[in-house]
Amino acid sequence: MAKREAVIVGVADVPLKDGKVLTPMSVLQAQALAARDALADAGIPMREVDGLLTAGLWGNPGPGLLPTVTLSEYLGLVPRFVDSTNIGGSAFEAHVAHASMAIEAGRCEVALITYGSLQRSEVSRNLAGRPSVLTMQYETPWGAPTPIGGYAMAAMRHMHEFGTTSEQLAEIAVATRKWAALNPGATMRGPLSIEDVLKSPMISDPLHLLDACLVTDGGGAIVMTTAEHAKALGRKAVHVRGYGESHTHWTTAAMPDLARHIAAEVSGREAFAMAGIGHDAIDVVEIYDSFTITVLMTLEALGFCQRGEGGAFVSGQRTAPGGAFPLNTNGGGLSYAHPGMYGIFLLIEAVRQLRGESGERQIKDAVTALVHGTGGMLSSGATCILSTR
Amino acid sequence: MYEKPLPAVDPESAPYWSALKDNRLILKYCRDCGRHHFYPRALCPHCHSDALEWSDARGTGSIYSFTVARRPAGPAFKTDAPYVVAVIDLDEGARMMTNIVTDDIDAVRIGQRVAVQFDAVTDDVTLPKFRLA
Repeated sequence: MAKREAVIVGVADVPLKDGKVLTPMSVLQAQALAARDALADAGIPMREVDGLLTAGLWGNPGPGLLPTVTLSEYLGLVPRFVDSTNIGGSAFEAHVAHASMAIEAGRCEVALITYGSLQRSEVSRNLAGRPSVLTMQYETPWGAPTPIGGYAMAAMRHMHEFGTTSEQLAEIAVATRKWAALNPGATMRGPLSIEDVLKSPMISDPLHLLDACLVTDGGGAIVMTTAEHAKALGRKAVHVRGYGESHTHWTTAAMPDLARHIAAEVSGREAFAMAGIGHDAIDVVEIYDSFTITVLMTLEALGFCQRGEGGAFVSGQRTAPGGAFPLNTNGGGLSYAHPGMYGIFLLIEAVRQLRGESGERQIKDAVTALVHGTGGMLSSGATCILSTR
Repeated sequence: MYEKPLPAVDPESAPYWSALKDNRLILKYCRDCGRHHFYPRALCPHCHSDALEWSDARGTGSIYSFTVARRPAGPAFKTDAPYVVAVIDLDEGARMMTNIVTDDIDAVRIGQRVAVQFDAVTDDVTLPKFRLA
């Protein structure tokens, strides 16, 4: 019997207008609609789903404490493989890894990965810290705006050690906005200059409002199965060539080095080793952009540039449309959408790029994509390398 | 009435918070590897030994990184903004988060020396804040 190979065969996201779902809905409804559309994209009926993976901040405390349990009930599924790994916004890159292992081990045939959030419609987000229990009793009382304060302290340290500047961080926000301008589904599409970013209100030094991701709704789903199954369906398969995951801390003071994204170093190293390819083989890169500094530190951690050289790497709009290094081609969390945990949308955009479905923003002849999610306070990293070959 | 979040003291953290009420900052010290750590744990995070004991910190250190919170961490911190949140390296080698108490927030820099300043915010909780030394 030939070896089973896991592939991505369907993706979908819930349409947004001004960062909100088009009609009022529940967070379970958003995930069901995304699942329906991703399964339709794959050509697989819902009843064939036997692997269910999700993570979220919804319904918590309450039914969201056991998210796959609640979601399988809602969808009318009885899965034989489940995973509700939650390591922050990178959880979905880890889910693709775990679903790949499960499919290749024969533990499920069709895996469905979902995410949903109505945080914009529900106005549920503020900068307050986590409940000050267990490890957080040593951090929450100090009033760091959350999560931006932790990222700000990382940025401050990176600037101190390497001379990274606010202008260099702003380059990322500006380049990402140029990609959003090419994406009709993006929330923020108007022109943006480096000066605009620097003049936007300082939230937590040295990070400005426009160094930070949006606060939007969002729902997304991914369907995975075997390459053989995808071929029988006549669908274009996106192969999972490599993956890796890690985490180092959640409290800011426990981050081993505030100027270094070690979780991404580990996950990236694992993913590249498994894929057996070098950085030059990557055509398009989707990196979690909760904040501009997240992108810069992740580029260094993944080895696209040396430590401390991230600022120079992104200068001169190198990551913008037409630049040497196409990055965050849907407009990212900074300008497309950021519904709390953004990682699933990085994967959806990478799949669309590899299938040649990205319209005006399409990277010509894109064959291989790197997707990297970061969660918590630069806490977790999960990397996937995807390819059409 | 103090409305900002207070630590949820548990059996493991009780000695730490109790010492602060007496204006003492204490750390866990590992007899096996000779290193201090913060926050207090049952096993040394460096060598995983359980041969740990409490020790008094000198209460001095330097700023490893910081931010100025221009927007508060929720309504309870609103009247404080802008204020400084920092991660400091204690001279014993442990790293902790704190507030830097200063009249001149724009003069705070990485590497500055700091010293502890105990702030009894309620009858039960004293927070170890730091001032520029």
